[in-house]
Amino acid sequence: MEYVPGIPILKPSLDADNRPFWEAVRRHEFVLQKCGSCDRYFQPPRPMCPECRSMDTMEWVPSAGRGQVYSFVNFTTDRMAYPAMKIPYSVVLVELEEGVRMISNMLDLEPDDVQIGMPVEVAFDDLDEDLTLFKFKKLEG
Amino acid sequence: MASIKDATAVAGIGMTGFSLDSGRTEYSLACEAIKAAADDAGIDLLDVDGIVTDVSDGIDAMYVQKAVGIDNCTYASDSHFGTAPMMNAVTAIAAGIAHTVLYYRSVNGSSQRRAGSDFRAAKETKDNSLDLIRYDFYHPFGLLTPEGSIGMIVRRYLHESGARPDQIGAITAVCSEHAAKNPHATFYDAPITVDDYLESPLLVDPIRELDCAPAVDGALAVVLTSAERARDLRQPPALVMSVAQGTSTGGELLTSYNRDVISALPEMRLMGSELFETAGISPADVDVAQLDDRFAPLVPLQLEELGFCERGQGPELCEGGKEIRLGGRLPLNTNGGFLGEGFLYGANVIEAVQQIRGTSANQSSTADIVLVASGAGGPADGLILRRQGT
Repeated sequence: MEYVPGIPILKPSLDADNRPFWEAVRRHEFVLQKCGSCDRYFQPPRPMCPECRSMDTMEWVPSAGRGQVYSFVNFTTDRMAYPAMKIPYSVVLVELEEGVRMISNMLDLEPDDVQIGMPVEVAFDDLDEDLTLFKFKKLEG
Repeated sequence: MASIKDATAVAGIGMTGFSLDSGRTEYSLACEAIKAAADDAGIDLLDVDGIVTDVSDGIDAMYVQKAVGIDNCTYASDSHFGTAPMMNAVTAIAAGIAHTVLYYRSVNGSSQRRAGSDFRAAKETKDNSLDLIRYDFYHPFGLLTPEGSIGMIVRRYLHESGARPDQIGAITAVCSEHAAKNPHATFYDAPITVDDYLESPLLVDPIRELDCAPAVDGALAVVLTSAERARDLRQPPALVMSVAQGTSTGGELLTSYNRDVISALPEMRLMGSELFETAGISPADVDVAQLDDRFAPLVPLQLEELGFCERGQGPELCEGGKEIRLGGRLPLNTNGGFLGEGFLYGANVIEAVQQIRGTSANQSSTADIVLVASGAGGPADGLILRRQGT
């Protein structure tokens, strides 16, 4: 997928709950939020663990960023597409090995080649000086 | 606790025409619909002492109140999604907080506000509300419009259920059959076949153009009052047997991607079980249903979640349209639904009342009990209406 030059991409707004995630992505590190007491992972980020209701056991832990495509949509017409992205493009919902699911895009893969169940691994895309996004690449074999 | 069952009734309904470009303000449309609803009920607007509307609409109740001539209200409440304000109205009347409550919606949904179109403006004004921050995990990857967001759920649903395009297309076709006979509908006299559906272009694969209800400009209003008072008014009352809402953990509006099963509507299941329990009836007792067909592929799921069929049987129930068209086992969306009439939550309530009164453009021969459900893909809400004396 490619972005359209000249159209700024809206940047994620940082707050105290999501800042560690986006700052890690900027450093090309992939982290997930986890409760250190329950060992459960969460997405999107939240201030409290819904299992043990603790606010001080929530931590950010490194992830290998591996998983599989759980679902996807393909944008093929301008009417519904994000103006900053060239059509056609696909958006994937990746289920990570840790169990949480994240929206992203596939690098180096045409929309027609995306399939549910396809194994993927995280990659990083430096869009400009202030913005890095996490993307996924197809894992071969 | 005050009981909801049969305590209140819809006494009046009003609606403007639906169009793609009204050329009018939402304020003006709201006033027209409200006056029509009061005239229909045969009440003076000065009798209204409660106002409820949808928080996402543009016309605040205070402005409505000064234009249509409502003096004093002891109850005012905005609510989100579907027809949730109906529950506020019913509970306020049942609790004795207000006696006559007005529910209205007014949206230039086609010419002025497209779903999702306000997003960039909101972001650029640094509105960092939690709901916008949630989208930061979606929009940088090009996922923003409702069709795209729900497409992710629908893809998974189609993958898991094996529902066929012709089974989904039967829903659009039946709704268009009903709309073709409803002069108020966007698709009046313009029937769509399953073949048309199958040839319909993909907006966001797997969502086809004919999977989606057309956005329209229009307004509607409903007058609710106690069942006792409604019996003395102009129209036969549509008694509210039950009203309910449902939310569920892991839920987001159209983007509930982090729950164990995403191809389900747990909010709708919870809401439906509450509806039936309060009403003291079962799904088999429902004569007509107005389900949320903003997106056609979510209709079979609603049939399953509401208990009209077993889990996994929704597509089969829709197949061919025989069971869900007028005259079938469970006629659905007899005004044409959002798919055929146009997308404005609340229009499903208006049509349910028409069925109860026996005045629908597609009148069912049996319409003693009518169910309304809204909010497929997010927080759900609904109500069950019945005809008096049944």
